[in-house]
Amino acid sequence: MSTTEIGNVPFEEAVAQFDPVMGLEVHVELSTVTKMFSAAPTEFGADPNTQVDPVSLGLPGSLPVLNAKALESAIRIGLALNCTIASQCRFARKNYFYPDMPKNFQTSQYDEPIAFDGWLDVDVPASEDGTGEAFTYRVQIERAHMEEDTGKSSHVGGSTGRIHGAEYSLVDYNRAGIPLIEIVTRPLTGAGRRAPEVAKAYVATLRDLLRSLDVSDVKMEQGSMRCDVNLSLRPSPDAPLGTRSETKNVNSLRSVERAVRYEIGRHAGLLRAGQRVVQETRHWHEDTGLTTSGREKSDAEDYRYFPEPDLVPIAPDPAWVEELRATLPEPPAARRRRLQSEWGFSDLELRDVVNAGALDLVEATVAAGASPVSARKWWTGEIARRANAEGIDLASSPVTPQQVAELQGLVDAGTLTDRLARTALEGVLAGEGSPAEVVEKRGLAVVSDDSALTAAVDAAIAANPGVAEKIRGGKVQAAGALIGAVMKEMRGQADAARVRELVLERVGAS
Amino acid sequence: MSDISRPEVAHLARLARIDMTEEELDRMAAQLGAVLDAVEQVAAVVGDDVPATSHPMPLRNVTRPDVVVPSLTAEEALAAAPEVEDGRFRVPMILGEEA
Repeated sequence: MSTTEIGNVPFEEAVAQFDPVMGLEVHVELSTVTKMFSAAPTEFGADPNTQVDPVSLGLPGSLPVLNAKALESAIRIGLALNCTIASQCRFARKNYFYPDMPKNFQTSQYDEPIAFDGWLDVDVPASEDGTGEAFTYRVQIERAHMEEDTGKSSHVGGSTGRIHGAEYSLVDYNRAGIPLIEIVTRPLTGAGRRAPEVAKAYVATLRDLLRSLDVSDVKMEQGSMRCDVNLSLRPSPDAPLGTRSETKNVNSLRSVERAVRYEIGRHAGLLRAGQRVVQETRHWHEDTGLTTSGREKSDAEDYRYFPEPDLVPIAPDPAWVEELRATLPEPPAARRRRLQSEWGFSDLELRDVVNAGALDLVEATVAAGASPVSARKWWTGEIARRANAEGIDLASSPVTPQQVAELQGLVDAGTLTDRLARTALEGVLAGEGSPAEVVEKRGLAVVSDDSALTAAVDAAIAANPGVAEKIRGGKVQAAGALIGAVMKEMRGQADAARVRELVLERVGAS
Repeated sequence: MSDISRPEVAHLARLARIDMTEEELDRMAAQLGAVLDAVEQVAAVVGDDVPATSHPMPLRNVTRPDVVVPSLTAEEALAAAPEVEDGRFRVPMILGEEA
């Protein structure tokens, strides 16, 4: 394992001297219920080797058959990435020996991917430290191809239980054969010092896009979306590409940014010291924020690809492809821009909604009749606070957009004050029924019966003759004490403005 | 006769994880050369109008619906494993060759 004997160059210095070029490979597990080439289930977290069949295990005589749903998802992803869909393509065997693939090859696509030559526009937000403005970067997509995931090895023995010092491996083939789409960019050039942010924004945009297509649960922390980062430096934008490193398994958005930054500094250190960059696989360590050397790629990369004889070629019917294109959802970035304009939100307000994971919820709440402003306040305010305290996602909160709209309707009608509405929400979250039912059961409605209010006001005046006298003497602000006493008497279920009117009226009258 | 060099055969043997003696490498180089000769003869009579083919049958788009079919239990799956531990296949450690 190589260490950083040669110091990394600080990031700003590195990008001042060198031009970074990135290539990003993203693997996405499709959310089909069966595997790419067999009818074994794909449920996450099942007991080891319970989601396997002869094809997943590569048993002699077993034959793969392509999952129709996976093919459809692959084409939809290709279309959403503005790719050309192959009129005909084949699968290929990628041969290598490692126990995570029991067949000794991975079924993939090689020279004929299902989708190629696309692009994705990525909105890169302004830098958090204020050093760079927001801009749009067009990522060129080289290809998106179908393949299968591998099994999972764990290494046992040795002192640490990690791979070094292990004595043997235990393999679970539940993941072997799960459908994967690998999305490969062309070299991303011209990003300069914004390269780490571009990488992160690309993966975030791709994740949102895939989520909108409903083809994958895109959970980076569970490995259903994984990113490999290729990086090289060159002295200037017109110089030929430098030698690249490939950092594997960068599994969070933040890590994508950090890994690119780290590798830029490391490459710059080597190049400045007059050393060559080794073309190799590197491993990203989330805990330390470092990469370490894996293996050299140069001579190991002879996978002897050849066409898979057990799977026939794919030639998607152009009419079907057009049908899939016509039913693609609105791209998430375009949808956000449309909703922001419809709702009249500032960039900051929209970002709060998006970051809270509340875009769909606010949209549904508005559709159920609430104003955009009130919908936003509920979801990014009180409901977010309670979900956060419970440690759950907003989307898992038991309150529905319809209920939020109903609650807001009660506020707008003057039946509830904001404070009472929050109490009603508590009841809805506790499963006490709809907002109207909670208001009814808990007796929360604002007392709008003037006779009850008037009686309470008169009682307060009688109990505080000194205060009443001050008000009569012109000190109107003294009314606060009486309003407070009435609100307390009404257990908060009164409209304070109406109480104030009554206090002033009754003081004058008494 | 087609030229396939001994180093090329040795490279292929290494990729295929086949341990071969010096003598076997020589013999295999000659035999593979003969196979390549045969392929070249075919290539010589094929005109440019014949596309390369990987599948002799005109079948396309063979797929199956995304529906689970119950198959092996873990016990059945592990029945032929050389060794089993903790519901998993136990195999020798191999370092640095993951794809």
